[in-house]
Formats: sequence, C-alpha cells, structure tokens
Amino acid sequence: MIISEAKPVAELQEVLAPFGKLFLVGCAACATACKAGGEEEVFRFQEWLAGQGKETTGSVIIDEACHIQRAARDLRHHAAAVVAADALVVLACGSGVQSISSNTDKRVIGALNSLFLGNVRRFGQYEEMCSLCGDCILNETAGICPVTNCAKGLLNGPCGGMKNGRCEVDGELDCAWKLIYERLQRQQRPGVFARRVPPKAWSRRRKPGRHKIR
Amino acid sequence: MSLLQQNLAAGRFVVTAEVAPPKGVDLAPVLAVAEKLQGVTAVNVTDNQGANMRMCALVLAGELKRRGLEPVLQLTCRDRNRVALQSDLLGAAALGIENLLLLSGDHSKFGDHPDARPVFDLDAVQLLDVVAGLCRGLDMAGKPLAGAPVFFPGAAVNPAAEPFDLVLQKVCKKVESGARFFQTQAVFTRCELERLMDSIAPLQVPVMAGILLVRSAKMARFLNGNIPGMCVPDEVVARLDSATDPLREGVAIAREAVGWARELCQGVHLMTLGHEDKIPEILR
Repeated sequence: MIISEAKPVAELQEVLAPFGKLFLVGCAACATACKAGGEEEVFRFQEWLAGQGKETTGSVIIDEACHIQRAARDLRHHAAAVVAADALVVLACGSGVQSISSNTDKRVIGALNSLFLGNVRRFGQYEEMCSLCGDCILNETAGICPVTNCAKGLLNGPCGGMKNGRCEVDGELDCAWKLIYERLQRQQRPGVFARRVPPKAWSRRRKPGRHKIR
Repeated sequence: MSLLQQNLAAGRFVVTAEVAPPKGVDLAPVLAVAEKLQGVTAVNVTDNQGANMRMCALVLAGELKRRGLEPVLQLTCRDRNRVALQSDLLGAAALGIENLLLLSGDHSKFGDHPDARPVFDLDAVQLLDVVAGLCRGLDMAGKPLAGAPVFFPGAAVNPAAEPFDLVLQKVCKKVESGARFFQTQAVFTRCELERLMDSIAPLQVPVMAGILLVRSAKMARFLNGNIPGMCVPDEVVARLDSATDPLREGVAIAREAVGWARELCQGVHLMTLGHEDKIPEILR
C-alpha cells in the first residue's frame, strides 16, 4: 500500500491560512491503514481546524481516493458542502489528492506527504520493498529486490561500502546483496550471480505511467 | 599504451597517488602538489570524492595530461546517467586520458549536498562494460563512434569487506567486464591483503594496495564512523593514540603496509590527503 504521513503542522497552518471554510476528504484504503487519512484522522483534523478558528463544511471518506470516478461521485453526493467550502483538504496520498483536484477547480490542499509503496512489518511499521521499476528481476534475486533494498539500486553485487554485511547508508540495515547472496546459497542456486546484469531499461518507468488492460 | 599500463605490463612495482580537484576555480595549488610528487607513476583524480561537490575531475585530469603527468581519471556512477558518463568518457579520450578507475561512488548522503538525487543509472560492472564497448567503437546504443577511444580501465575492491565471498564474486564480474587493474580501498592488516591476493591470483589482474596515511587517532575514529568502506582496526588506532608524534606513526604504519604490498601486490595506491610530501618517506 501507499505509505503516507501528515505534513508538519506549521506547513499546514501556512497553506490553510487564507481559508475559513474547508471540506475534508479521507481515504478508506491505504491512508486509513497507515493511520494518516482514515475516519479517525479526518475527525481529529476537523477538531484541529476548529481549534484554528476554521469551519468544516463537511467531510467524506472515499473508498479508494485514487479512483477518479468514485471520487467524482462522492464529491457530487456532498455537493452543497463542497460548494460552501473555500477549499478541500485531502488526507490521502498524492494520487488521492489528484483524483480530487481533477474533479474540481476549487483549491485542493494535500495534508499528507506520500512516502513509498510499503509492506507492513507490523502495525505502524512499514518497509519499502518494491520501487515499481517496471522491469522486475525478483525471480533471479531470491525474492529480494536490489533496485529498492540496495540504497544505490546496484544490480551486480554490493558496493565497496558494505561493512560486516551492513549497508553504508544505514548501518542498521543488512546489505541487500548479502541477503540475496545468503538466500540463494540456501536455495543452492547461483541466481543473479550467474550473469552480469545489464543496465536497466528505465524507459519502462517513463513518467507519467499509463497502463491499459487489453 | 599508457605509462601505467606499460609499467604494470613490465612487472615494475607501481606507485599511484591521489589528488582532488579544487572546491573553486583555481587549479594552481593542486597542480603544484601534483608536479611535486616524487616516485609516483600516475595520479588518481577523484570524482566529487565522498559526494562532496568539487570541480569536475575531467578538467584536472586533462590539465595533468597536458603537463606531461599521468592521470588516472576516477569516474563514479553517482552523479551521471549513462548518457553523461559516455559523453565524459569520449571527452577524456579526446584529452588523451587513458587510465580510468570506474566506481559506483559513495552515496550522496555522505556529501555536502545530501538532498541531491543519487543517479546510479549504471553500476561499476556495467560501466566497465560500457568502456569496453566504447573501445570497440560502439556506444551503449550500439551506434558507431567516429574514432574509438583507447582506455586502460581499472576498478576498486575493498579487501576488508565481509562477507568476502560476496566481494569476490563482484571482483570476478569486474574482470569479466574488462577491469585491467584494481586499486583497493585502504588496507591496514597484512592478512586481509593476503586473503585478497590469494583469491584474486587466478584472475591475473594486477592489484595496487590502497594505503591511507592516517595522521591521528582522531582521524582514524572519524574514518571508521563516517567514511564508507573504511575500517581502521583497533590496534592501529591504539598505536596512533599512544604515539608522541602521531603523523610520524601514521607514516610508519603506511610504510609497513607498503612493505606487505611489495611482497604481495603489483603496486600501491597512496592516499595521503594533503601530506603528499610524506610520500618519499612512506616509500622508503
């Protein structure tokens, strides 16, 4: 899921300063799961706004804020409250913010920072394991992605900064290549070490991404 | 054939040193240092070392070449994508630079622009392949070059890194990709150098042991805590700690390492960090 967290209070105060009346949007999917933009956080945001002397005209938690049509439908259902607001505040990832902004010309304020596509280790602890690079080599790397888990995204083994099997960028983390190497050894296969991996086709990750199921 | 290549081919014990381009626009001080170097076959020119922004290495390496000195151009994958790397390599060839040290590069986090986006479009193995391709007259896209460059590409290895088997598999890949020599990261114990040389022997690629002049225990501790791939052992730190003249002790430590390299390796790469005047003493 997309991991997001609240923007710093000072930044929110500044960006919300011109507005007195706000309509709040949360997301029932990722932002709810990582406790950044679910029902509870939207309610607390409303209370915080009240404390800032601002009025909330209404709110909605969209099932998946990234769904553009669904977001449009939900905004239509709350048309009066939306019209009454000076701006919409979205407690969802950047995708969710843009579902909303593509459905209205009103000012749309994102209240979260989107961090990464994350796995859940345990509640409240998230780890990035996939970079959505469009050119997956997990089948060769024992199910550990070097593009993401290696701080440099190296494809042919560890860098010279590996120290006692730890990453040069974060000494708390195991070197991704050490983990790949050890698991491949346990699987008794050479995997990715059998070949020199050529440069990645970053053209597959051209922005903005578009995909159509045929 | 570059002077470095000739010396290695002739089996002569090779000494390389290292200079950094200036943080600014005046090349005069670093050129003066380079011209005064004694007993050195070639000089590495570092590439935004430690991810700290400096003048581009290509310009200093070209200037050294113009003055009849022998540069080893360091090129990292951290700050340039494949287009920029190939472009710089062609430029290097035009300036007569042949020796290359191709590196992944320390992460941007360690430098003075920690918010920079690290590139790493290629890794060191892939960059070696690219250099081999250019020398065959083809760029990465397979397009022919008007005049192929001549390069003598080298790579780095960290003899102290663990797990060593994993380090070694990358060394093998680098050799398959055309690495013609290795310069190691700083070596502080004879046994790590022996281990490297024993394992690397079948590959028959010359190795220059990296020797770092550590001028104080404080510096050793800083290196251990802050510089990627650096591991100054406790006993070396203790020697520097108890020395009345730590710089002198540092020179003695470096000289001992040169002694191991004379027995085991094909050369040394000296990293003296501003104490280039100590090189004759280290080599004595």
